[in-house]
Amino acid sequence: MSVSPTLSVAEIKDRNKALIEEVLKVYPEKTAKRRAKHLNVHQEGKPDCGVKSNIKSIPGVMTIRGCAYAGSKGVVWGPIKDMIHISHGPVGCGQYSWAARRNYYIGTTGIDTFVTMQFTSDFQEKDIVFGGDKKLAKIMDEIQELFPLNNGITVQSECPIGLIGDDIEAVSKAKSKEYDGKTIVPVRCEGFRGVSQSLGHHIANDAIRDWVFDKIAPDAAPRFEPTPYDVAIIGDYNIGGDAWSSRILLEEMGLRVIAQWSGDGSLAELEATPKAKLNVLHCYRSMNYISRHMEEKYGIPWCEYNFFGPSKIAESLRKIASYFDDKIKEGAEQVIAKYQPLMDAVIAKYRPRLEGKTVMLFVGGLRPRHVIGAYEDLGMEVVGTGYEFGHNDDYQRTAQHYVKDGTLIYDDVTGYEFEKFVEKIQPDLVGSGIKEKYVFQKMGVPFRQMHSWDYSGPYHGYDGFAIFARDMDMAINSPVWKMTKAPWKTEELPLLQAAE
Amino acid sequence: MPQSAEHVLDHFDLFRGPEYQQMLANKKKMFENPRDPAEVERVREWAKTPEYREKNFAREALTVNPAKACQPLGAVFAAVGFEQTIPFVHGSQGCVAYYRSHLSRHFKEPSSCVSSSMTEDAAVFGGLNNMIDGLANTYNMYKPKMIAVSTTCMAEVIGDDLNAFIKTSKEKGSVPAEYDVPFAHTPAFVGSHVTGYDNALKGIIEHFWDGKAGTTAKLERTANDKINFIGGFDGYTVGNMREVKRIFGLMGIDYTILADNSEVFDTPTDGEFRMYDGGTTLEEAADAINAKATISMQEYCTEKTLPLIAAHGQEVAAFNHPIGVSATDKFLMTLSRITGKPIPEELARERGRLVDAVADSSAHIHGKKFAIYGDPDLCLGLAGFLLELGAEPTHVLATNGSKAWAAKVQELFDSSPFGQNCHVYPGKDLWHMRSLLFTEPVDFLIGNTYGKYLERDTGTPLIRIGFPIFDRHHHHRYPVWGYQGGLNVLVWILDRIFESIDATTNVPAKSDYSFDIIR
Ligand code: SF4
Ligand code: SF4
Repeated sequence: MSVSPTLSVAEIKDRNKALIEEVLKVYPEKTAKRRAKHLNVHQEGKPDCGVKSNIKSIPGVMTIRGCAYAGSKGVVWGPIKDMIHISHGPVGCGQYSWAARRNYYIGTTGIDTFVTMQFTSDFQEKDIVFGGDKKLAKIMDEIQELFPLNNGITVQSECPIGLIGDDIEAVSKAKSKEYDGKTIVPVRCEGFRGVSQSLGHHIANDAIRDWVFDKIAPDAAPRFEPTPYDVAIIGDYNIGGDAWSSRILLEEMGLRVIAQWSGDGSLAELEATPKAKLNVLHCYRSMNYISRHMEEKYGIPWCEYNFFGPSKIAESLRKIASYFDDKIKEGAEQVIAKYQPLMDAVIAKYRPRLEGKTVMLFVGGLRPRHVIGAYEDLGMEVVGTGYEFGHNDDYQRTAQHYVKDGTLIYDDVTGYEFEKFVEKIQPDLVGSGIKEKYVFQKMGVPFRQMHSWDYSGPYHGYDGFAIFARDMDMAINSPVWKMTKAPWKTEELPLLQAAE
Repeated sequence: MPQSAEHVLDHFDLFRGPEYQQMLANKKKMFENPRDPAEVERVREWAKTPEYREKNFAREALTVNPAKACQPLGAVFAAVGFEQTIPFVHGSQGCVAYYRSHLSRHFKEPSSCVSSSMTEDAAVFGGLNNMIDGLANTYNMYKPKMIAVSTTCMAEVIGDDLNAFIKTSKEKGSVPAEYDVPFAHTPAFVGSHVTGYDNALKGIIEHFWDGKAGTTAKLERTANDKINFIGGFDGYTVGNMREVKRIFGLMGIDYTILADNSEVFDTPTDGEFRMYDGGTTLEEAADAINAKATISMQEYCTEKTLPLIAAHGQEVAAFNHPIGVSATDKFLMTLSRITGKPIPEELARERGRLVDAVADSSAHIHGKKFAIYGDPDLCLGLAGFLLELGAEPTHVLATNGSKAWAAKVQELFDSSPFGQNCHVYPGKDLWHMRSLLFTEPVDFLIGNTYGKYLERDTGTPLIRIGFPIFDRHHHHRYPVWGYQGGLNVLVWILDRIFESIDATTNVPAKSDYSFDIIR
């Protein structure tokens, strides 16, 4: 189905440039000018992808982006399992995001664990008019009464909070005092702040800094004896168990994981992290802020890694090991060797079925580059990619370490653009989100959701790669794609030609 | 290493392996600062008690696991029921990402909708420029026939005036002056998604009938014999609309469905993405003023729309998501009375088949207790059906149900001997329901996907009927209206009952004596 293998790089570049020109035609002039800056054909050797990013979406174009609340409640805070996260404001935001990200965890939900619950202040008109602070205070009391084993509370602000002038900080402070210094975190992640989920990540990171780290008593005894091998996993949300299939590798190489941020994480783990010797950072976009802070304040180095696909996993294990002594370095080699047969078997099984297949991606802040290596391990090629809410540093990393010459780049892609690009390029697979899934499947293009792993996963680590490979094969080689055209409609063609 | 290329283990098997179990146990013990397991157990048991229930029901401020969404979701749902119409939600963009995801997860279909992407500066200066640019972009890119505007919280809190904004946008040339841009204010802090459906539909009808926001003359009504039909916010819209059209066809009734989104939420996979499909044409929407009567299948989805229509001189009739024999009888007899068309023999036979099915199976349902939650009309429809099956709808709960709704449910209870021990809970959430299920257990629970948490915690088997259903596929393609629809609901209930009997009688040499082959 794919057309690109028959084209040279120069031809691909020309085609992609023409494609960009073509889609821009649909816009009014002012919009075309703005969108043009977000679309590009990657030139090898350039320091970034040549697109503008992290700027406002244009009204009315059907952006795929979400909001700061989604970045804070949905991504950073929501998975912290022993705290209760109040969606503060009207009912909707919390309702639509209720258990929608597959942040796996273990715990007794509703008793000592609360991830897949929706706590909301369900604002009514009177709360908007008279303010919601009293209600918030009362909510905290009711939480204490009905959910006594919660280890903390966060207030995830929805749009109205910042507009009606509520003082959630004051309420949080007062209630924290009333409840013996309980951790209560106000988060100013109203959806209108910033341009996407991204600012919500940042605000949530800052809230951890200010309301968790800065509240730790400096002389508090650590809950465990430190070791030289203590690391924290930062920026893994444990989608389908990703953080678990990552953690196991770090532990097998001899490290001790003292915290998971934030998938299957707990308040105690957040609090313990300043004791880590190294922070290993998977989703740079959503948690680089707190990593930098810990570096500055506590002198903890951080190291980006990539656990998608054996090539990147091995590279990352060695990189992480390089921060430690020979024992860990040997440990990394042993882990790589241990899983080599599994990886060889997975690749032997799936690569022949996937070799040469092309992929177009559009995901959040990390995966548009991080998964490229995993596809390449399977002999596949990513021919287009873009970020929903990446910044320039994401595009730099993408250009320098991941994409090939001529790759089509689209930042904050619009529904229209994405559809046209896919229609023209005809990749063998599209990887994006739920809003895109059915659009492309209708077009007969195989699709995998790359936020939720399409309800599968984990995809991280060696165990995850086997699932990843199986899933990509299942998507692309499913017999369903041969049935999208009714036989009497496709058969018409040769008949007509024969008649000519 | 449990993973293998030959037999790839998914998450559920992978993490059960000893390596992972050991790892997770260590994590918990060493780093999570876990609560004492005895304490967790104590609280878990306490949360089942009448004492806890009392505290739980005394909540005044906190909502936990509500069964309702916000207004704009309903507005979007209604808007896509019109031909080539794109919903445009004025306000911050995150909300729109949520509505689209929510609808896509239920229908397993694309859901197209745009936002005016207001950010911090718009919070200060208002969102007029966002509206001006947004309408122009949407109009050019997606070539809609109509753009239906609604609002998120943000626009409502800062008080943006849609009517004025749309007017100004037209003056600035965003869309042609005569182009249809109906609108509705849909504040999320009032009502729920059913309110938003009502407001949006009313906005569209008002637009066409009452002079398009003062830009044209109001339409004069010349009565004809047609019937307008409104489905309301309905997770079964795909199956239900088709069933209703079939019934209208059998009866020979000329009809207009207002907001027919049954096609756009059920497009084929044949190589083409249809952003728009089917829907009420704009001409039909305007012409609907001339209809003889308007029928709403969901009273609480049309609390404002129906009075508007009635004020234009039509007869209106509202139902409560009619399910089952007598509710369908009433629906058909009302249709027949209004149109003067007899109910054809074919429908009488379908009725007979549903009664036949009920007679065949009712022994398995009779006397069983059910808890139901969902939107107000659906609760009424389901409760009515259960009563006629001789079952008891013991707890009926709607987070978005009003006092008036509760009175109506009570009336329904009072009308049947099977309703004597039943209670209605307006404005309560699923954490309340949890207490109810622990303290006054029932045999089965009917609700949406989120009911699976209640099923897990309380052991009450869940029958998935409602919206959203995310974790089962394709049921929305079946009708629940009409006699055929009643049959579907009956089968779903029966299937769960039988599964449940089998699942509790399948231990050899212990509980196998009721494991019957014939039931
Ligand atoms: S901000 Fe308001 S309109 Fe938007 S999803 Fe939340 S409740 Fe609904
Ligand atoms: S990978 Fe992307 S979508 Fe996922 S958490 Fe990171 S930023 Fe968000």
